[in-house]
Amino acid sequence: MSEPTLRTLTRPLVDENPITLQILGICSALAITRRLDTALLMGLSVIFVLTLSNASISLLRRQVPRSIRLIVQITVIASLVTVVDQLLQAFAWELSRQLSIFVGLIITNCVVLGRGESFALSHGVRASALDGLGNGLGYAGVLALVGGVRELLGSGSLLGVTILDRVDAGGWYQPAALLLLPPSAFFLLGFLVWGVRALRPEQVEAPEPRPEAAQTAVAGGR
Amino acid sequence: MAEPGPGRTLLVALAVCGVCSLVVTGSVVLLRPFQVENQQRERERRVRALVDGLPGVSDLVEAAGEARIELRVVELATGAYATSRDASALLEKSDGAEGEVPLPPERDPAGIGYVPTHVVVYELRRGDRVDTAILPIHGQGYLSMMRGYLAVAGDGETVRGIAFTEHHETPGLGSEVESPEWQARWQGRRLYGSDGEVRIRVVKTLPAAGSPDAPYVVQGISGATLTSAGVSELVRFWVGPDGFGPYLERLRAAAGSEGEGDPS
Repeated sequence: MSEPTLRTLTRPLVDENPITLQILGICSALAITRRLDTALLMGLSVIFVLTLSNASISLLRRQVPRSIRLIVQITVIASLVTVVDQLLQAFAWELSRQLSIFVGLIITNCVVLGRGESFALSHGVRASALDGLGNGLGYAGVLALVGGVRELLGSGSLLGVTILDRVDAGGWYQPAALLLLPPSAFFLLGFLVWGVRALRPEQVEAPEPRPEAAQTAVAGGR
Repeated sequence: MAEPGPGRTLLVALAVCGVCSLVVTGSVVLLRPFQVENQQRERERRVRALVDGLPGVSDLVEAAGEARIELRVVELATGAYATSRDASALLEKSDGAEGEVPLPPERDPAGIGYVPTHVVVYELRRGDRVDTAILPIHGQGYLSMMRGYLAVAGDGETVRGIAFTEHHETPGLGSEVESPEWQARWQGRRLYGSDGEVRIRVVKTLPAAGSPDAPYVVQGISGATLTSAGVSELVRFWVGPDGFGPYLERLRAAAGSEGEGDPS
């Protein structure tokens, strides 16, 4: 059992980033990164859910029978996500309408259940909360990066503030419409994964894994 | 992690569910007031955007001062408010109209085929008086189905303004229905004669000043006879007995009895 350290918090930021290393949580990364503000709000929501779900799951880990542990984890996560959804509808109405169903879909975000299964069930409450916070930050960081690039190059603005004067508003910048479309998030994530793995070659997977040698994944990445 | 018996498994499951439902219920109940407020603000914002888009009508909102806009569902046949229906839900679901009653051709001068049973209207209210009622109208023009709004004063008979938000009439001719100059000609016109019959009409040439018809006529658009006729027919239809006639009659009755501006 490892002691909670700063390393628990910082490791998921780059070295073990849930998106770029484990390729988890891609769905939402595609859907809500058209603008920076939605990406940031989504990131915040995931940080909240992940930290609290990890802490609660860790708190319950000695009480919960193995046979129902997945159901218990999903129940905890779903409750937290509902709370977040209600909070956003109460205090961030406009943005919550844009995030729409994607807040609810945090329940199915593999990062959340993945961290519960692989970390919180076998670690203490503080370490688990830190791990949740770190993974949330790692997730939010990638979302913010993709959202920032997409909004800047696709709409010429950041957080709604015009940075590049668009042609249609009498400026010089011709927006890259591709970046407004969901597939562009795929390309950006691809470049990001490439960049991270170029700098950290140890993240590169072994070439051509054969079926019999394939590791059993903890949670299917979507 | 031990593997306990079924009794304990059930207990843990129940406990987790209990705590989780408390958390969820608590957050829903506590945050409800904030969310309701947000929804109301959103609805008002949408109506305001609509009203601001109507030339001539946005000035009315300014003039009405502290007036607020309310959405009401009106049952056309009786002119009464259908309080059991949610106006914003109706707007979202089916553009503010519900039900389809087929119109026989002789009662369908506007060429719309069907008339809804319930329609969402916008009421500009000051206190509990209706200051202006904004009624959605539509009908056949020369080339297209024209859609717009007719703003009627709280007395139920004076036109405050008209606006067409959707049409495909001949550019430069029939398309003048959206020009502010033409729409301004409607302001202050009266809809009904002394017996309550529909007298408003679009004409080619205005009668001489002082003629008994003068308060009831609007000069048509030159070069767009059929579009003008279409507007004339559709306005006459919608303020008539198959349209908002009963509703406007209630407004007139309420204004007549002074002080009580509520036709419900």
